Amino acid sequence: MNQPLIHLQGVEFAWPGQPPLLDIPAFDLQAGEAVFLKGPSGSGKTTLLGLLGGVNRPARGRIQLLGQDLALLGQGARDRFRVDHTGYIFQQFNLLPFLSVRENVELPCRFSRSRAQRAIERHGSVDQAASELLAHLGLGDRQLLARRADSLSIGQQQRVAAARALIGQPELVIADEPTSALDADTREAFIALLFNECRAAGSSLLFVSHDQSLAPLFDRHLSLAELNRAAKPREA
Amino acid sequence: MYLLRLALASLANRRFTAFLTAFAIALSVCLLLAVERVRTEARASFASTISGTDLIVGARSGSVNLLLYSVFRIGNATNNIRWDSYQHYAQDPRVKWAIPISLGDSHRGYRVMGTTGAYFDHYQYGRKQHLTLRQGREFADDPFEVVLGAEVADALHYKLGDKLVLAHGVAAISLVKHDDKPFTVVGVLKRTGTPVDRTLHISLAGMEAIHIDWHNGVPARGAGRISAEQARGMDLQPAAITAFMLGLNNKIATFSLQREINEYRNEPLLAILPGVALQELWSLMGTAEQALFVVSLFVVLTGLIGMLTAILTSLNERRREMAILRSVGARPWHIAGLLVLEALALATAGIVAGLGLLYAGIALAQGYVQANYGLYLPLAWPSTHEWSLLAIILGAALLMGSVPAWRAYRQSLADGLSIHL
Repeated sequence: MNQPLIHLQGVEFAWPGQPPLLDIPAFDLQAGEAVFLKGPSGSGKTTLLGLLGGVNRPARGRIQLLGQDLALLGQGARDRFRVDHTGYIFQQFNLLPFLSVRENVELPCRFSRSRAQRAIERHGSVDQAASELLAHLGLGDRQLLARRADSLSIGQQQRVAAARALIGQPELVIADEPTSALDADTREAFIALLFNECRAAGSSLLFVSHDQSLAPLFDRHLSLAELNRAAKPREA
Repeated sequence: MYLLRLALASLANRRFTAFLTAFAIALSVCLLLAVERVRTEARASFASTISGTDLIVGARSGSVNLLLYSVFRIGNATNNIRWDSYQHYAQDPRVKWAIPISLGDSHRGYRVMGTTGAYFDHYQYGRKQHLTLRQGREFADDPFEVVLGAEVADALHYKLGDKLVLAHGVAAISLVKHDDKPFTVVGVLKRTGTPVDRTLHISLAGMEAIHIDWHNGVPARGAGRISAEQARGMDLQPAAITAFMLGLNNKIATFSLQREINEYRNEPLLAILPGVALQELWSLMGTAEQALFVVSLFVVLTGLIGMLTAILTSLNERRREMAILRSVGARPWHIAGLLVLEALALATAGIVAGLGLLYAGIALAQGYVQANYGLYLPLAWPSTHEWSLLAIILGAALLMGSVPAWRAYRQSLADGLSIHL
């Protein structure tokens, strides 16, 4: 059997001086999967993403990404490992406003040699990779690529963020409430685009949101409250 | 390299603050370098005011005072010295040459000095350079001839053959003029960058002639007056002069002759070594000069602290920027490097602009400063000393930049990828 892309086992985490926030006995995400993880704000969602990104370290338990135990890596190596294998899309304001759209998309390739390499292998050049990804996401206008990122609409900005997460084909794309700033129509269109591109890039998708209505679109949907034994029963 | 691009783009995004910060640094750098340049030039031109003269002798007063009035044409002699005292030492076998000088009159704010041909033969300045004429000749037998310093001729637009009237006393506006005995310009000296440029030179006989009918500091009236023509026919040997300069055959005799003059029985005299007196005078001014330097250093420090404040203030509003960079793979030291680069970029921009301001300022003020203060400010490439000052400023900026860099490093470790601010 293939080893899972993400493998969590007996992970516990608490912020200093606070009760345990996360206690996840087991969680796996298989390669190629698109998983919806429902988590209202305050449920430890951001902390979990921090654990997966190697920014926070668990008090107990094991976190493996692509079979690599994050606890065995040093701070610098974890940072490098994260950018080599994970693309991020956040809720809003994902982009550096003072860079052009193109430069924003190319950012991960500036910090990760392996992402740059894969972009070149697949598209010929990083530049080309950015243009093609943006074209697929409906931002094919050449002039638009040279514009400052903050001159775009929110919906356009989120698509640019998606292109940035996908450039250089990371194995995993983590999307943290990427649609909450979009209206209902754009929301589903955005997710459809994201699916397509993840599939084309061969990336798995971990989509975290509080919006249950999006869940049916995914291969699998989970609730953080069910995963997390430390969660107190609460009304959303 | 990419970090520098990011730092510059981020700065460009805050261009107004960045511009002001760099401008403050530029002004402070310009001030520091200007003070440095004026200081260096003032010291150099000061030290080269007189050379080759072994002793300056005047009435007994202070050595700095004697130096000031005999060489710098500043202040006045407290007393004259007798002509026979001068004769006594001028004829001493150890003395190679002697230049008598007689001061006390002026022309439109410029001092008039009575002397002899020996002045043109023996007076030296800078690196033992002699005075040379730009135009005309030295004054000759006629008492009413004047040789102008370069600045006097240029500022007052005199040319050979012009007639001018000397004023009694040294005030800029003198009520008593020697207008009955005008002088003719016969020569103009080349520029020396010393007080010689600001002096009108006449013969001792001329100096005597304009005062020949004066008694107790006031001119004679009516029948007591003596015309220029009459004066020409009279004995114009002065009875007293203000000071004299000596060049010796053998430098070793300098100290013994100095002691001898200081102990001269017939008249209280003071002999000084120009080099020593110059040093003494410079150490007096040196304090002010150093204070100026320290003040300009503090101005630079203020500029850099302004930069530090600007960067630190920006940190909080840039947490999102940092988190985004972290999420695309920037490591905490990248974030720290970004801020150090930002500080360096601001300081470099400030230094370059400061140099620009300095050169523009020198180019504009060069002529004026030279004409009014006798200081030549070269439009030259920065000296090693100036380069090292600039390097120190850059080093200080680096040090200051490391403060926000450290804070951002800590902050980005704590914030991680979360940008829910």
